[in-house]
Amino acid sequence: MLYREAGDFKTTYAKDQQTFPIAFDRWGYFIMLALAFIVGPMIINDYWLNAVVLPFLIYAIAALGLNILTGYCGQVSLGTGGFMAVGAYASYKLMTSFPDLSIIIVVLLSGGVTALVGILFGLPSLRIKGFYLAVATLAAQFFLVWLFNKVPWFYNYSASGQISAPERSVFGYAISGANALPHVSYLFCLSFVVVLAWGARNLTRGANGRKWMAIRDMDIAAEIIGVDPLKTKLTAFAVSSFYIGISGALLFAVYLGAAEVGEAFGITKSFLVLFMIIIGGLGSIFGSFAGAAFMVLMPVLLKNIFVGQMGWPTDLAAHMEFVIVGGLIMLFLILEPHGLAALWRTAKEKLRLWPFPH
Amino acid sequence: MSANFYYGIEVFLNGLMAGVMYSLVALGFVLIFKASGIFNYAQGVMALFAALCLVGFQSGQIPFSHVINATFGTDIHHFGWHMPAFFAIILTLMMMILFAFLVEKFLLKHLVNQEPIILFMATIGLAYFMEGFGDLMWGSDIKKLDVGIPQGGNIWLETNTAFLGGPDFYGFYIDNLDIWATIFAAILVIALILFSQYTKTGRALRAVADDHQAALSVGISLRTIWVIVWSIAGFVALVAGIMWGSKSGVQFSLSLIALKALPVLMLGGFTSIPGAIIGGLIIGVGEKMFEFLIGAPFLGGATENWFAYMLALLFLVFRPQGLFGEKIIERV
Amino acid sequence: MTQTQTYQTPDGRTIGPAVMEMKNITLRFGGVVAIKDISFDIREGEIRAIIGPNGAGKSSMLNVMNGFYHPQDGDVMFHGKKRGPMKPHQIAKQGIARTFQNIALFKGMSTLDNIMTGRLTHMKSGLASQMMWWGSAQREETANREVVEKIIDFLEIQTIRKTPVGRLPYGLQKRVELGRALAAEPKLLLLDEPMAGMNVEEKEDMSRFILDVNDEFGTTIALIEHDMGVVMDIADRVVVMDYGKKIGDGTPAEVRQDQAVIDAYLGVAHDE
Repeated sequence: MLYREAGDFKTTYAKDQQTFPIAFDRWGYFIMLALAFIVGPMIINDYWLNAVVLPFLIYAIAALGLNILTGYCGQVSLGTGGFMAVGAYASYKLMTSFPDLSIIIVVLLSGGVTALVGILFGLPSLRIKGFYLAVATLAAQFFLVWLFNKVPWFYNYSASGQISAPERSVFGYAISGANALPHVSYLFCLSFVVVLAWGARNLTRGANGRKWMAIRDMDIAAEIIGVDPLKTKLTAFAVSSFYIGISGALLFAVYLGAAEVGEAFGITKSFLVLFMIIIGGLGSIFGSFAGAAFMVLMPVLLKNIFVGQMGWPTDLAAHMEFVIVGGLIMLFLILEPHGLAALWRTAKEKLRLWPFPH
Repeated sequence: MSANFYYGIEVFLNGLMAGVMYSLVALGFVLIFKASGIFNYAQGVMALFAALCLVGFQSGQIPFSHVINATFGTDIHHFGWHMPAFFAIILTLMMMILFAFLVEKFLLKHLVNQEPIILFMATIGLAYFMEGFGDLMWGSDIKKLDVGIPQGGNIWLETNTAFLGGPDFYGFYIDNLDIWATIFAAILVIALILFSQYTKTGRALRAVADDHQAALSVGISLRTIWVIVWSIAGFVALVAGIMWGSKSGVQFSLSLIALKALPVLMLGGFTSIPGAIIGGLIIGVGEKMFEFLIGAPFLGGATENWFAYMLALLFLVFRPQGLFGEKIIERV
Repeated sequence: MTQTQTYQTPDGRTIGPAVMEMKNITLRFGGVVAIKDISFDIREGEIRAIIGPNGAGKSSMLNVMNGFYHPQDGDVMFHGKKRGPMKPHQIAKQGIARTFQNIALFKGMSTLDNIMTGRLTHMKSGLASQMMWWGSAQREETANREVVEKIIDFLEIQTIRKTPVGRLPYGLQKRVELGRALAAEPKLLLLDEPMAGMNVEEKEDMSRFILDVNDEFGTTIALIEHDMGVVMDIADRVVVMDYGKKIGDGTPAEVRQDQAVIDAYLGVAHDE
């Protein structure tokens, strides 16, 4: 009775193309945004920020990026970790070489650098498809990790090989470094997320989104109807890497503070983000968020249950996590290959009728 | 000839040996891909799991002992016996067949008509699942695997080639294990080729690899074939697990050899058994020679992490189907 | 009338000079010769049928026409100009659109989105303006939407606008695919067995659409078709292929009586 669209007719094409055609959804979305921006900073504290909220926001950006490449454009990539590293190291070099540069610009530029690297590693996608491409992206992953490990210029010749983020502020509030306050980091990342999500939504509902999906669904037919496969695939790589680079920069500068490339950006990271978009839903903006939330929350939940409640040692809990994540991936792929997003859509469709049976 | 030249040859020979080890893992991939069109990312974890089971059976470990201890507060670890290697291998083989059966029943059957990428990601899920499951079952500490294969440098070879290369060269150092691995791999490959060409089941396997629908229509049970194929792949995984496990111990990194097998497959083609062998050899030699000639002296070393992929990537750009794979003709 | 003079048909359509000419096309796949030295032309505004038994090379010929296959010998002339080495998407931009024998719709998208993909050659918004949506990108999207809606009205598929095409029955999918080809506003429309798998009513509908497209928009149409009744009714001229060779070329009436065509394809009615 509450959730329905009866009587809500669209009179222009513009209205028909809205992100939230149902009024209930639209209002709900704006209220949620308002709460996030106004109430959020008031109630956030260090633990929740670090355990759940910041990783969720940051990985949501990475998931959006990977979803654009793999979910919308169908190009499988296992190099997400490596590209996040590019973003992180680019931001590090920018911050240390240009201390007066605003961190907002630094983050955006890091995304830009990653986009260029993404285009470079995306070039093989013209000849190579499917699994072969996935393996080619592995080349990117391993090479980039090796590069940031071996070439001292990237970590400013420090003895430990680690990079740490110097303190930077926005409007006088510290964002990175030890003095950053939780609600400041939160708002900073949240702003990026909202703007980038909106951008992603616009790209995917327009001509570019259709080009990507055409290449994904049937690339030969797409080429025959006039879609340039080279430009389209490279655009997907560029935009995707832009997002993933920003995510890496934020992960390093705002969340971790210091990073070592092997453990922060290894292949496990690539799989983590891939799982996010599989569970969340390939080719869905909402799915990227749902998947990111799921994969960030789950280890926290599991640790609370197995270590907190059942008294298991942490390594056993970690093994259980593998079992559960792996099992869930298989389960989702069998039952609902389109992930949480599809489940959500089905639930909403049922809600439109509720409480009527049909 | 200088000692360096002979060290170079030694690197080459070791590269061949490493290549054989890669081929062993790649073989498992090719089998499953040929018969079911699935790229089984879990092949490496299967090798790890097989090795874990083997060591567990041999040393009389109680499965899931850590879980039981954590939940019930007990402190059990071993049954107290030591099983001879031969029986442990048989038992592990049975485990792998059971595994194949369960995978078919609970995973493959439900994913029959899905796109390849969904199947691939399902095997990634399977890999993670088996990783955690194996650790829960047998514990994640590093274990030593010893089924009686001779290890250590081959003394005979070393002493008899020391005369080459002058006073600085001490003879070719080639590990006995690698020699045995080559022999086993060769036996496996020949057996597999004979099996697929000359037996009824082998013929059925080739039919399924060619066209699922057609195979069904002549009465071949897809499900039985899949169980057989995954069992064979499990056996190959076991052999690979024994070889790798003997060499570097049974630990998580064993599963990463699956990642190493991927460039092998890209080079050799996903559907060719000889391709897996030759691709493995090329990668093994290429990796070690590159590190020896360029990586260590000029690039700071550790190039083995990525060289194989770069090589395969370059190769793929010029020949997308690999050396022996079937040429992909696009039709609309 | 000569091959280059414009003339009027009895029902008021204008047929102009040749839009596409195939000159001595030979196409090989390894050792198999799919097309052997075939030449014919397609005149502006006409409906040209390509007929022949299965395996004659008709689909391959269509693929050569839209640049997906490159002939080893011979030239393709489009609007009098020889076609150089071009990629399929560049040729699409020149104004050639097609449908496929086995339906090549984008299964992950709705009917509307599929037909909108046909407009991609006409949409120029850059990446940045699309990311912002409001402004030029939205205006372009709405303008193209209007064009697509006209096509949807024309093909009478309004009710399935938002349905994912994978769920549509075969006949409707074929119609959507026609819509996608029409959305490109092509100069030359290539149809690969547009009536395949249809019953009599569906064939009548499809024939009507094809004739309307040719009549209203003046689109030149080349189609592969097996149903001789359809060919006789709607085609202006026919090319007959058999085993990769051309064995007939002329109006439907002429071709129907050609002995070579009868022997290879049509057969004769027996009195028993």
